[in-house]
Amino acid sequence: MGALPILSIVTFLPLVGALFILFVRGDAETVARNARYTALWTSLITFLLSLWLWIGFDTRTAEFQFVEKVAWIPAFGIHYHMGVDGISMLFVLLSTLLTPICVLASWEAIETRVKEYMIAFLVLETLMVGTFAALDLFLFYVFFEAVLIPMFLIIGVWGGARRVYSAFKFFLYTLTGSVLMLVAMLAMYFAADTTDIPTLMTHGFARDLQLWLWLAFFASFAVKVPMWPVHTWLPDAHVEAPTAGSVILAGVLLKMGAYGFLRFSLPMLPYASEYFTPLVYTLSVIAIIYTSLVALAQEDMKKLIAYSSVAHMGFVTIGIFTVTFQGLQGALIQMLSHGIISGALFLCVGVVYDRLHTREIARYGGLVNRMPAYALVFMIFTMGSVGLPGTSGFVGEFLILVGAFRVNTWVALLATTGVILGAVYMLYLYRRVIFGKLTKDDLKSMLDLSPREIAVFVPLVLLTLWMGIYPAPFLAVMKASVGNLIARHQAALAALGPAMLAAGN
Amino acid sequence: MYALAIFLPLIAAVITGLSSRWIGDRGAHIVTCGAMALSAAIAVVIFFDVAVGGNTRDVLLFTWIASDRLDITWSLRFDQLSAVMIAVVTIVSSAVHFYSIGYMHHDPHVPRFMAYLSLFTFSMLMLVTADNFVQLFFGWEGVGLCSYLLIGFWYDRPSANAAAIKAFVVNRVGDFGFALGIMGVFFLFGSVSFDVVFGATPEKAAARLDFLGLDFHALTVLCILLFIGAMGKSAQLGLHTWLPDAMEGPTPVSALIHAATMVTAGVFMVARLSPMFEYSPVALALVTVVGASTAIFAATVGLCQNDIKRVIAYSTCSQLGYMFFACGVSAYAAGIFHLMTHAFFKALLFLGAGSVIHAMSAEQDMRKMGGIWRMIPFTYAVMWIGSLALAGIPFFAGYYSKDIVLEAAFAAGSWMGQYAFWLGLLAALLTAFYSWRLLFMTFHGAPRADEKTMAHVHESPLSMTGPLAVLAAGAVLSGYLGYALFVGDHNHDFWGKSIFVLPTNTALYDAHHVPGWVKLAPIVVAVAGIAIAWWMYMARPGAAAAVADRFRPLYLFFYNKWYFDELYDRVLVKPAMRLGRGLWKDGDGAMIDGIGPDGIAAATRSFARRASRLQTGYVYHYAFAMLIGVVILVTWNLYTTAG
Repeated sequence: MGALPILSIVTFLPLVGALFILFVRGDAETVARNARYTALWTSLITFLLSLWLWIGFDTRTAEFQFVEKVAWIPAFGIHYHMGVDGISMLFVLLSTLLTPICVLASWEAIETRVKEYMIAFLVLETLMVGTFAALDLFLFYVFFEAVLIPMFLIIGVWGGARRVYSAFKFFLYTLTGSVLMLVAMLAMYFAADTTDIPTLMTHGFARDLQLWLWLAFFASFAVKVPMWPVHTWLPDAHVEAPTAGSVILAGVLLKMGAYGFLRFSLPMLPYASEYFTPLVYTLSVIAIIYTSLVALAQEDMKKLIAYSSVAHMGFVTIGIFTVTFQGLQGALIQMLSHGIISGALFLCVGVVYDRLHTREIARYGGLVNRMPAYALVFMIFTMGSVGLPGTSGFVGEFLILVGAFRVNTWVALLATTGVILGAVYMLYLYRRVIFGKLTKDDLKSMLDLSPREIAVFVPLVLLTLWMGIYPAPFLAVMKASVGNLIARHQAALAALGPAMLAAGN
Repeated sequence: MYALAIFLPLIAAVITGLSSRWIGDRGAHIVTCGAMALSAAIAVVIFFDVAVGGNTRDVLLFTWIASDRLDITWSLRFDQLSAVMIAVVTIVSSAVHFYSIGYMHHDPHVPRFMAYLSLFTFSMLMLVTADNFVQLFFGWEGVGLCSYLLIGFWYDRPSANAAAIKAFVVNRVGDFGFALGIMGVFFLFGSVSFDVVFGATPEKAAARLDFLGLDFHALTVLCILLFIGAMGKSAQLGLHTWLPDAMEGPTPVSALIHAATMVTAGVFMVARLSPMFEYSPVALALVTVVGASTAIFAATVGLCQNDIKRVIAYSTCSQLGYMFFACGVSAYAAGIFHLMTHAFFKALLFLGAGSVIHAMSAEQDMRKMGGIWRMIPFTYAVMWIGSLALAGIPFFAGYYSKDIVLEAAFAAGSWMGQYAFWLGLLAALLTAFYSWRLLFMTFHGAPRADEKTMAHVHESPLSMTGPLAVLAAGAVLSGYLGYALFVGDHNHDFWGKSIFVLPTNTALYDAHHVPGWVKLAPIVVAVAGIAIAWWMYMARPGAAAAVADRFRPLYLFFYNKWYFDELYDRVLVKPAMRLGRGLWKDGDGAMIDGIGPDGIAAATRSFARRASRLQTGYVYHYAFAMLIGVVILVTWNLYTTAG
């Protein structure tokens, strides 16, 4: 792709924008306005640039593309090594898409410390993109962990009443996992004598080591996904985070755990992945059923959607560990789809929260009377969340379940119950918020979506339908990399002995 | 051009839905009714070209989901079966669209209503023209969504909201089976395309499938899973509870969705999948037994209901049972034939009931009606026509279709064929009884409504009576016209490859040669049912109450719909809510958090308090903190690796 280091530009352009904001001077209002516009323009340009990654992407190869490799800490063979393949490319785009939407969604909602808020978001964008693009273990770790910091601040500073508790719970959970991951990474470095991710993928670690490494990675990724039972930080973090924080959290940060499974656990530790598959299935199925039931009992809109996220991510982990074409592609689609839909659902909550400053479901009811456009948007995303065919939610769930059925019918059966429960809690939520008589006085003066809010939702609606009706372009991007991943996984297992092949393909 | 018939309703729905504020009620009527009329006109062309002329074709639109061997396309399959369905759906839908102009004209949300109706029609057409399982599922869920939206159309009524959710969720329970069935089909055949699967079915006739750790006959498992989906959509016994509640929706919706089209999707599915079902005698037996049981169950409940729409709803449920057991004895053509005639006369009955409700100022309770037949003679006449057709009185549509269904069941010669025949016969008696009970209670006797309502009783406007006339024509003629073509001795020439029957399953042919009493019996019981109704509600007005008292437990059992709702509420709904709350408070709250983060947090609380004071809000403080973090990290890394 020529000499232009497009990936680095996409990654670090937001930091440049953040620097600009840092030097904005003037009275408070000017600073706030300039900060908002700078952040918006920076993130928009970043998004437009990142589209080049897709346009220029070669779907025929499983190799890493747009690769940049510069020696960084030569003493330890650490490189600044960036690149994307069919698995990571779309997540870069997801990050760059959601950031301007978040900036726009925070336009009026954030009134204090606007400058710092926007800087935090731009820094966050750099770190998110970096996480998905890093091809060096050390580099990945830096990005992956540093993401925590701006997120921690966003929750802790601009969050709700119990923000400090939530922020620390979030930090504590994720950090515990991270420490173990760091140890595993060091062990990998010592065993393979490189931090280069593509090289590590072909290294072939010893069996016993694989098991330990896998567990250490799992500790970190499972918290991020989050999988049951390490999910309890998520509802609290979501509830207290400002709207845009929730969007990024659900939209991108949760994907990092699943991405980790795809980038590290499966390709580098095939034996251990196979060994621990039953564990993953069990936890995922529990997550789907358990959190769906819990979602049913929620009285707080954001908590409900947060629990639904855990259930939806349960599908993702099942899909990944089926190591089938459908399962993996389904998991990737489900991750993108969930990033858009759950992000949009949090934005939906944000719309009414901005007007009434409460997330309590019982305080609402009959909104359709005053807000028909809002009701329509909310309905579309509700249906997406429920997995109605024609929305992106269906494509992901269906592919995952097809993959699961091939591997284990019990898993498919139990996971499919989540489809019923999902309909129950989402429609129950929708009914209590949108339908019914408009009896509460303070709701009677609520205004329908503003042009700014419509601008926020329209791209998400279009994407949900696009991925639901014509997902072929997305699937095409993933195809070669997924095929390669499966082939290598099979080969690695075959090398370990014929008995290990039983559950494959 | 054929694709236009399918997509016109979608285009109309989108235009109306998005521009409702600008085009107004009038514009919405023009757009949706115009599109539907055009679509119906094309459908007639399709019917003659494809079904009568035999020019079947597939129209490929574009790829939907392609993942390795799983290759799903959007495409439209025009064959005999779908051509019949397209014609039925678009004609009834057009009638309902036009009827809605008059029926809904007081409503403040006309454009939304019309948009939903058109969207529904589109989904239904996608369902019947699917050429693979997943597109079938798309239409299937699409009609479910529209049904949900239309049942809950009057969103300020809590009962409508509850009914809407119930409909969606119960259907999802059925779809749970359907979805697993699709996965199983892909697993077994490596494809979800009808052509591929049906082509490969004979070789898989003896295949086994490992499901939930047990070894089963593959096709039986798949057919039963798929049939669970059909049971949900077509409100068969066990998954029927949503249909009566769905009457909360406006009456045109009940006519279109919950009588003529959507609820028959399950029957359509079984007929469409006949190449699979034929190879699974067990699944066919199940279809027969479930169908026959539903036919009798719903008829008994219909006897005791007082809401005019609910009586017709249970009647629908019961008639769907007939269609299923026809399919169950391999007389798919008879099932589809009954589906078609039923679409006309049941839509007629519902819209006629709507006309009554319209005249009675929105009253639906038959106990508060009576004595109005002279005031709305047209409505009265079409209700008679509909009832005559439903009861199977000679030369009305239902006579032809219901008779062939019962005869086929008898001719099947199997134990479940006999089971279906006798229960079906009994249900026919009950059908005639409750239909005339409805007519007598609604139109005859002393007026039981208040004076204000009675003074206001009026015949409906032309926009409502016109569609009623069209449907009445269908209810009279469709049976006579379709009999030879659909179920006659040469029906195979008509259906071609769209319906597959094993040469050994000859029920539909034998049906033409059953003993004379089998042919006569349905007419006799129908007349008997009418006579009993006349005796109980006209000749001896006190008789009904006396009978109800005499058999009180049985009456209550029927009246309360065999207590299905109560059972489900106690066994499923309440425990699920309780479990959810318990898992949340005790599982997440006490166990996981108590042992995990909160326990640790308690230990570090003092630290946290100090740390939170560090939040000064100046970005360079944070940036500095981050920098320090990175430095520490690098240092530590260097240190450990060096050591």
